[in-house]
Amino acid sequence: MAFLPYVGMALKNLFSKPATESFPAGEREYTDRYRGHIENDIEKCILCGNCQRNCPSGAIKVSKADFTWEIHPFSCVQCSKCVEVCPVKCLSMVNSFTGIPSRSPARRRQRS
Amino acid sequence: MAVNNNAKKISVVPFGPQHPVLPEPIHLDLVLKDEKVVYALPSIGFVHRGLEKLVEKRDYEQFVLIAERTCGICSFGHGMGYVEAIEKIMNLDIPPRAKFLRTMWAELARMHNHLMWLGLQADAFGFESLFMECWRLREKVLDMLELTTGGRVIFSVNKVGGLRKDVTPEMLEQILHTIDDLEKECRVVTDTFLGDPDVLSRMKGVGVLTPGRAEELGCCGPFLRASGVKRDCRMLGYEAYGELKFEPIVSYDGDCYARCVVRIEELYQSMDLVRQCIAKMPGGDIDVKVKGNPNGEYMVRIEQPRGEALYYVKANGTRFLTRYRNRTPTYANIPGLIETIKGAELADVAMMILTIDPCISCTER
Ligand code: SF4
Ligand code: SF4
Repeated sequence: MAFLPYVGMALKNLFSKPATESFPAGEREYTDRYRGHIENDIEKCILCGNCQRNCPSGAIKVSKADFTWEIHPFSCVQCSKCVEVCPVKCLSMVNSFTGIPSRSPARRRQRS
Repeated sequence: MAVNNNAKKISVVPFGPQHPVLPEPIHLDLVLKDEKVVYALPSIGFVHRGLEKLVEKRDYEQFVLIAERTCGICSFGHGMGYVEAIEKIMNLDIPPRAKFLRTMWAELARMHNHLMWLGLQADAFGFESLFMECWRLREKVLDMLELTTGGRVIFSVNKVGGLRKDVTPEMLEQILHTIDDLEKECRVVTDTFLGDPDVLSRMKGVGVLTPGRAEELGCCGPFLRASGVKRDCRMLGYEAYGELKFEPIVSYDGDCYARCVVRIEELYQSMDLVRQCIAKMPGGDIDVKVKGNPNGEYMVRIEQPRGEALYYVKANGTRFLTRYRNRTPTYANIPGLIETIKGAELADVAMMILTIDPCISCTER
């Protein structure tokens, strides 16, 4: 009779709401610590290149000459290493994803 | 021309590298006599990534993040084994809170691995709803991990000298609640594994490995313990295991059912260990300052959910290591697997491969 409690559980699942979420129709609630993507508050960035040197996957490119900070979102492995090493704390790990990725592989920001 | 229907023909059936039962690529040439396997020849190497070589290109602190990406399931253990080796080389004494948290996460990872394995096993013998049930329960463990570390399978919380993230008391409280609920639900599922006649008929007496052979072939983990050998690296007392109360779980039949029993018991043992960790959780810092570069070599053994894993690190006093070697449990279990497959029915082979809990991405690194 080992299967009786199991049948009960299966029936309960049949009539309760799905355990999965219908994404992207429904909203996924991320926990505070969820590692979604990296954001840079570019006005604070001093383009020191620390993040580039410490990134294990080489996802960041900083160019002092062009005043640009660039991240390749598909190379980034969301490890937060860059957030830790940034001297001015302008980088942050945001707990959600960046919508549907654009066709261009990298995001580029220009410092005025 | 007369055909002799009684002649026992030998045929070779390829298993994998793409097979529905296993998403990872391992290839076996099964030599069959009628429906019985007389010999199996494994070949691996489809997803080799050269992670060990990468250690020369990334500095030793970055490499933690790469070490844990060896595998998606034992990722916490891989990171932990690597940092432990570096910490031993550098003579770092990490704070007790970090040790307890590492132990807690390692046990949560074991729970999620074992629930995943139970699901895959149910899928292999064709019990679809049991498979989904197991994975539904596993999701709760993943939620706990996501809550505390920010990742579902790759946690990135270890660093040389301690941890990168602390856990709040509310989180620990929530883990305790979730585990209480989880245990009740798991009982229903695991009782089905242990008592359902259909499940028993697929697993009892299938793929027997004797204790002597299991040891000779160098098996490890639940696969070895199911053959009655009491060997569990957690008994070495690394991290906080020395301060927790537990006994290695063994079963003596050595068949697929025994392996299932061992993993089910370990699931509950892990819940108990997480509770013990939380009850004894000390306060204080979670990391120590790291100065200089490692110089020397060290080898660490830890018990991954799938068995004993070795981490060897050799450093030369620069930021870049000379050698990193990782022997993973699946690699050690393949000879044992080949032994069990011999003499089995073709229909049971897929299930028997699953009972070693193969992780090919670990094996090939
Ligand atoms: S470490 Fe911070 S300040 Fe330096 S370049 Fe990167 S984002 Fe800018
Ligand atoms: S999160 Fe990690 S991988 Fe991504 S950019 Fe930062 S350091 Fe690089």
